[in-house]
Amino acid sequence: MSTLLHVEDLRVSFPTRTGVVEAVRGVSFALGQERLGIVGESGSGKSQTGRAIMGLTPLQAEIKARRLEFNGIDLLKASAAERRALRGNRIAMILQDPKYSLDPVMTIGRQIVETLRTHEKVGKSEARARALDMLAAVQIRDPKRVYDLYPHEVSGGMGQRAMIAMMLIAGPELLIADEPTSALDVTVQLDILRILDRLVIDRGMGLIFISHDLRLVSTFCDRVIVMYAGKIVEELKASELSQAKHPYTQGLLNCMPKIGENRHPLPVLDRQPEWLL
Amino acid sequence: MTPALAIDKLRVVYDDFIALKDVSLTVAQGESFGLVGESGSGKSTLLRAVAGLAPVTSGTIDVGGKRLGKTREKEFYRQVQMVFQDPYGSLHPRQTVDRLLLEPLDIHGFADTEKRIQRALDEVGLGSGFRFRYSHQLSGGQRQRVAIARALILEPSVLLLDEPTSALDASVQAEVLNLLEQIRRNRKLTFVMVSHDLGVITHMCERLMVMQTGEEVERLEAGDLASRKVTKDYTRNLLVASEGFVREP
Amino acid sequence: MSDTVMTRREWLLTDRPQSRLQARLGRAYLTWSRFAANKLAVIGLGIILLLLFVAAVAPLLAPHSPYIGDLKNARLLAPSATNWLGTDDQGRDILSRLIYGSRLTLQVIVLVAVIAAPIGLLVGTAAGYAGGWVDAVLMRITDIFLAFPKLVLALAFVAALGPGIENAIIAIALTSWPPYARIARAETLTVRNSDYIAAVKLMGASPMRIVLRHIMPLCISSLIVRVTLDMAGIILTAAGLGFLGLGAQPPLPEWGAMIASGRRFILDQWWVAAAPGAAILIVSLGFNLLGDGLRDALDTRSGGQ
Ligand SMILES: Nc1ncnc2c1ncn2[C@@H]1O[C@H](COP(=O)(O)OP(=O)(O)OP(=O)(O)O)[C@@H](O)[C@H]1O
Ligand SMILES: Nc1ncnc2c1ncn2[C@@H]1O[C@H](COP(=O)(O)OP(=O)(O)OP(=O)(O)O)[C@@H](O)[C@H]1O
Ligand SMILES: [Mg+2]
Ligand SMILES: [Mg+2]
Repeated sequence: MSTLLHVEDLRVSFPTRTGVVEAVRGVSFALGQERLGIVGESGSGKSQTGRAIMGLTPLQAEIKARRLEFNGIDLLKASAAERRALRGNRIAMILQDPKYSLDPVMTIGRQIVETLRTHEKVGKSEARARALDMLAAVQIRDPKRVYDLYPHEVSGGMGQRAMIAMMLIAGPELLIADEPTSALDVTVQLDILRILDRLVIDRGMGLIFISHDLRLVSTFCDRVIVMYAGKIVEELKASELSQAKHPYTQGLLNCMPKIGENRHPLPVLDRQPEWLL
Repeated sequence: MTPALAIDKLRVVYDDFIALKDVSLTVAQGESFGLVGESGSGKSTLLRAVAGLAPVTSGTIDVGGKRLGKTREKEFYRQVQMVFQDPYGSLHPRQTVDRLLLEPLDIHGFADTEKRIQRALDEVGLGSGFRFRYSHQLSGGQRQRVAIARALILEPSVLLLDEPTSALDASVQAEVLNLLEQIRRNRKLTFVMVSHDLGVITHMCERLMVMQTGEEVERLEAGDLASRKVTKDYTRNLLVASEGFVREP
Repeated sequence: MSDTVMTRREWLLTDRPQSRLQARLGRAYLTWSRFAANKLAVIGLGIILLLLFVAAVAPLLAPHSPYIGDLKNARLLAPSATNWLGTDDQGRDILSRLIYGSRLTLQVIVLVAVIAAPIGLLVGTAAGYAGGWVDAVLMRITDIFLAFPKLVLALAFVAALGPGIENAIIAIALTSWPPYARIARAETLTVRNSDYIAAVKLMGASPMRIVLRHIMPLCISSLIVRVTLDMAGIILTAAGLGFLGLGAQPPLPEWGAMIASGRRFILDQWWVAAAPGAAILIVSLGFNLLGDGLRDALDTRSGGQ
């Protein structure tokens, strides 16, 4: 298995007027053609890690890393044009908040077609056909109808799948999926995961799967990174997530309601200051 | 006792797409009712139709024994409120928490706004430190608390919750769920709650309805799910799927 | 000293403001510091402030009368110590005329902004929010206005209303609102279906209240930017009308009209036309720089996530 992505000591900080916010504080990992899960609570820096790899960090932010390399390309040294060429084509990211990321005044179909046509020279009718296929592939019933709908006219889960379709249509080598299934019902969720799984197995895509659904991550991914306050507190094999050592991971696992359980109120995380170190 | 919410053969049609096909439903006062089902099956549409945000083609909705007409009166909004799925999208980007909470009080002509805003913030555990923040200065969980405070400030009797925690991580989800339960107990509220997490639904609701393509699949007690007493294949699939991902060999 | 400044700064920038006023001031301060970081924008602002100042104290600044010249001795004099920018064909001091003319320029700008921007905002948000036939009708009207070049349409209006500075202002205002309506409508369309507007509806707010209090504030910053950037165009249109003899009437020291009267001597007494031309250029540039700075400072997205 060849390594697609090297990340060593990645740091992302935002100079704000009230001081520097360190969103990511020294994250290191390597990714091959596998599924890597990143879990952690809100604000722990999961999305910023993904965005830094993707080159989507806001302008004012400062990115530092000892090494940030994709397939032999040094991402830190790459020019804006080179990164743009990578983005969407070879590295793609499914953004959190699909409703926020979709253009509210353009139909779903047109947005997918435009993405496709910025990466590939295809005719109008072929682009349409491929967009429709892609919508069907992400389990949207009645793709023809959804193709012509505006983002506010689709359900939460349909918007999310439209976003996934948009990112997959270019056939990336590395996919960063930021909470790709948070608005989907469990059966569709699995359908989407199966698509991603096939891409990893058949096409050798590398997948970074950011999620706060620990159950899903533990059954779907190969490895899991647990983040807290911008740092990796634990890295384990996904199947062993339930035997996590760190109290933070244990706490996260413990506060999920489960079918057939009767815990009122649910236990909540009791954050310890020493976890910050 | 009159039910808090009674829906009879409700149909919602967009252009020529039937989003909701003659769904009926009664929720007793103080009950918590869950909606689960396929994405795009019309769960949000059902809540939005009750709230007057979706076009009702036929069928009736009664709230507290009163039939709702085509347009909602101002009074209605003091009875029914809603919390939206996406905490990032449901707060106005240019308004402080204070302004967000003042708006409903202002519309309904309350006098003691100061006290009510303070109380609403305390109730959701935010305290006055957050009162003059803009929504971009809040985390997802804090935003959802503000949205809940806004929905509660008019003291409604029915609260419609559209996936209130799906955008939140597990630890914050637990906090928000605990908060909702506590408020329901204190205020004797009626909940109609959408979620695709069966764990959350069985935790929060006594009864639930499974939906697919705008129709009811089946109706269950929360305990039935735990003991796997389900009759329809779709529900069984949902249960299996909620166990997690299984890689085919 | 620096100690108190720091604490005041902290007070403004705290993420836990204690009052409405503090929250608002904090936000204003953030916008201001974003704006002030842009040197060119500050220069632009300086030019506009200077224009305001000059207009306000014109009688004190002007060395000579703008209307009465010495026809016998002082016609078309070159710049000198007594007439810094020379004199025109009526023997009037050009600098004094420029200084008084700033009042006219300002009057045109302010009135046009006050008339055109609200019309555009109202039409655009109403069309965008109401949708359906209201939208269709309003936008067709807007399109008709947009289809004509501004100056030509203004000319037609002035021809109908009669020449004069008031009519020129009305004509320019009537021709400048359509782009604002378009912007406001586009902005409205992106927010009208958002959850936060649905949430306000659920509070029982009337459509009027939603448009006025929740949608308009979101459109205003892009509108301010656009209006500022358009100011240069408005000044030029006013000058153009003045140049064609349809705007301000003699002897008013309107800059466009001054260029028009100076063009007859452009080869031999170039300063007569060049001075008002430079004034127009500088003020237009000032507004453009200011608009650019405002665009960055008011950017709605950077305020959010
Ligand atoms: N533009 C910004 N300026 C300042 N701080 C920022 C900015 N963007 C993000 N941050 C901070 O960076 C940290 C990490 O954010 P990130 O979005 O990566 O969290 P996350 O782990 O993805 O959380 P979630 O589960 O809520 O999506 C947060 O504390 C956030 O406040
Ligand atoms: N304004 C609209 N115009 C056209 N179709 C719409 C509109 N709003 C909703 N729909 C359609 O109604 C159907 C049901 O949507 P709804 O949002 O109720 O689904 P949902 O059950 O909440 O799904 P999810 O779990 O993904 O949020 C979808 O097929 C959607 O495309
Ligand atoms: Mg994130
Ligand atoms: Mg929904």
